[in-house]
Amino acid sequence: MEIIVLSLILFGIGLFGALTRKNAIAILMAIELMLNAVNLNLAYFSHNLSNISGQVFVLFIIAAAAAEAVIGLAIIINLYREFHKIDVEEITLLKW
Amino acid sequence: MIIGLIILLLKIAAVLVFISLTVLFLVYAERKVSAHFQVRYGPMRVGWHGGLQMIADTIKLLLKEDITPKDVDKLVFFIAPILCFVSAYLAYLTLPFSPQIVVKNLNIGLLYILGVTSLTVLSLMMAGWASNNKYALLGGFRSVAQIISYEIPLVLSVLPVVMMAGSLNLITIVEAQKSLPFILVQPLGFLLYLTAAAAEANRAPFDIPEAEQELVAGYNVEYSGIKFSMFFLAEYVNMFTICALAAILFLGGWQGPILPPVIWFLIKVYLLVFVLMWVRWTFPRLRIDQLMSFCWKILLPLALANFLISGLWLVLK
Amino acid sequence: MIFYFLAVTLILSAILVVTLKNIFHCALFLIVAILAIAGLYFHLQAPFLGVVQLIIYIGAIMVLILFAIMLTSRISDRLLQTASRQSIPALLAVIVFILLALKSLDKTPLPAHIGKNFDPILDLGRALMTAYVLPFEVVSLLLLVALVGAIALARKD
Repeated sequence: MEIIVLSLILFGIGLFGALTRKNAIAILMAIELMLNAVNLNLAYFSHNLSNISGQVFVLFIIAAAAAEAVIGLAIIINLYREFHKIDVEEITLLKW
Repeated sequence: MIIGLIILLLKIAAVLVFISLTVLFLVYAERKVSAHFQVRYGPMRVGWHGGLQMIADTIKLLLKEDITPKDVDKLVFFIAPILCFVSAYLAYLTLPFSPQIVVKNLNIGLLYILGVTSLTVLSLMMAGWASNNKYALLGGFRSVAQIISYEIPLVLSVLPVVMMAGSLNLITIVEAQKSLPFILVQPLGFLLYLTAAAAEANRAPFDIPEAEQELVAGYNVEYSGIKFSMFFLAEYVNMFTICALAAILFLGGWQGPILPPVIWFLIKVYLLVFVLMWVRWTFPRLRIDQLMSFCWKILLPLALANFLISGLWLVLK
Repeated sequence: MIFYFLAVTLILSAILVVTLKNIFHCALFLIVAILAIAGLYFHLQAPFLGVVQLIIYIGAIMVLILFAIMLTSRISDRLLQTASRQSIPALLAVIVFILLALKSLDKTPLPAHIGKNFDPILDLGRALMTAYVLPFEVVSLLLLVALVGAIALARKD
């Protein structure tokens, strides 16, 4: 029970970071926090229900997080090369 | 509960002391070995054949002024050497010296060791960044690129051993080699492991991160006194770790006739340490691009092929 | 006891991750948070997950993030000081979200703890190779695509 609340709070903190940050890398880090909160929840239920599926899903999410970080950072590095800044508010080429 | 905790702490303390003494000996051995490879004598003045040289050096290093440059990121600058030191020692929590002499026998011992060694990368990065010095930063970049790249062939070369032993527990792995050590079935795996591990531990010929001649020693250029000695000691601890792991995974650990298990284990580890020193003082340093292409174009395909063939053999056997 | 220590560490470091100005320090506190979560996995008898967390999150993802920070900013740079925007509305939204989730958590009956023990490594391996073999392959394909994509994106042409 405590762990669900803990992961909920962690998710909230991550959400706050993703909403408020301007630096693209900082947003990515906040998203990692949210993913970790979800993982914690899955691991808790896997433990509580004695069902291994939760752990399997944690592994898949970690793999997806790795893929996401790789692609996201590649895009950020490219942005930096192009504009010399990674502030999401100033990169507005595609904005209407 | 309390007694168990005290025993655990005593064990940890014993391992810490043992490893620290070993490291002192390793540094001395390296100086002697390198000297004899270059037809010199090495340290000779302090004690018999310079035997007390390392004690003198340690006292000197610890007493030196600890300088923190003005424009560094002070917190990170302070934490980096400690993290490096601690992460080097963490592996010994589960490394068995003999069936009895092990702090805590973990079921996933091998993975744990691979995990904590990846903490070292962070400390090098933090050191390179916090120093606010372009050579330190370059050294940090290079070491991280190198260590992450070589981690892949390292893990891939270890996996066939895990498959054959059917366990990640280091004691079980050693016991699976009762009849024949895995080096006889996995000669390629052993070579790949040793090469990749030498690169992981920043040993020459893969010591690009701390190339004294081109990067003025890389990530630790701004460090002095006790912080520098922490990096320095951690490096030798890491060397001992990779050799101990190689002995456990490929050479049958503590198994051997007549002599007690611990002695056999230490003989094997020191033999491997000597091999690494031999390599260091025989081969010239690789260039950074050669280093990377060696990892990705030679080591990785070989490790993958070795992995595939071992798997097929195990299935068809 | 250990759980509360880990939980407090986790929450504090997570708060620092999203509020500190210096982005390099943010990343370091994210590492602390990830270590705390690895500890929680051990606490939940999922040691394999704990070690995987160490190897993948710290050994790969965090190193990548630190790398990206180093490549995009300098230590005395303005870019390193990352500002926040609209903190108060975001804080309100997050608090409302947490309260709603707590309310629904309160209403949902949670299943009781089943004391059945399983071997976390053996069973995990079995599950990955039998029931979840297709998702497993899909994940490996995803990683391959990410690898190729990252190289294609980051390459200088």
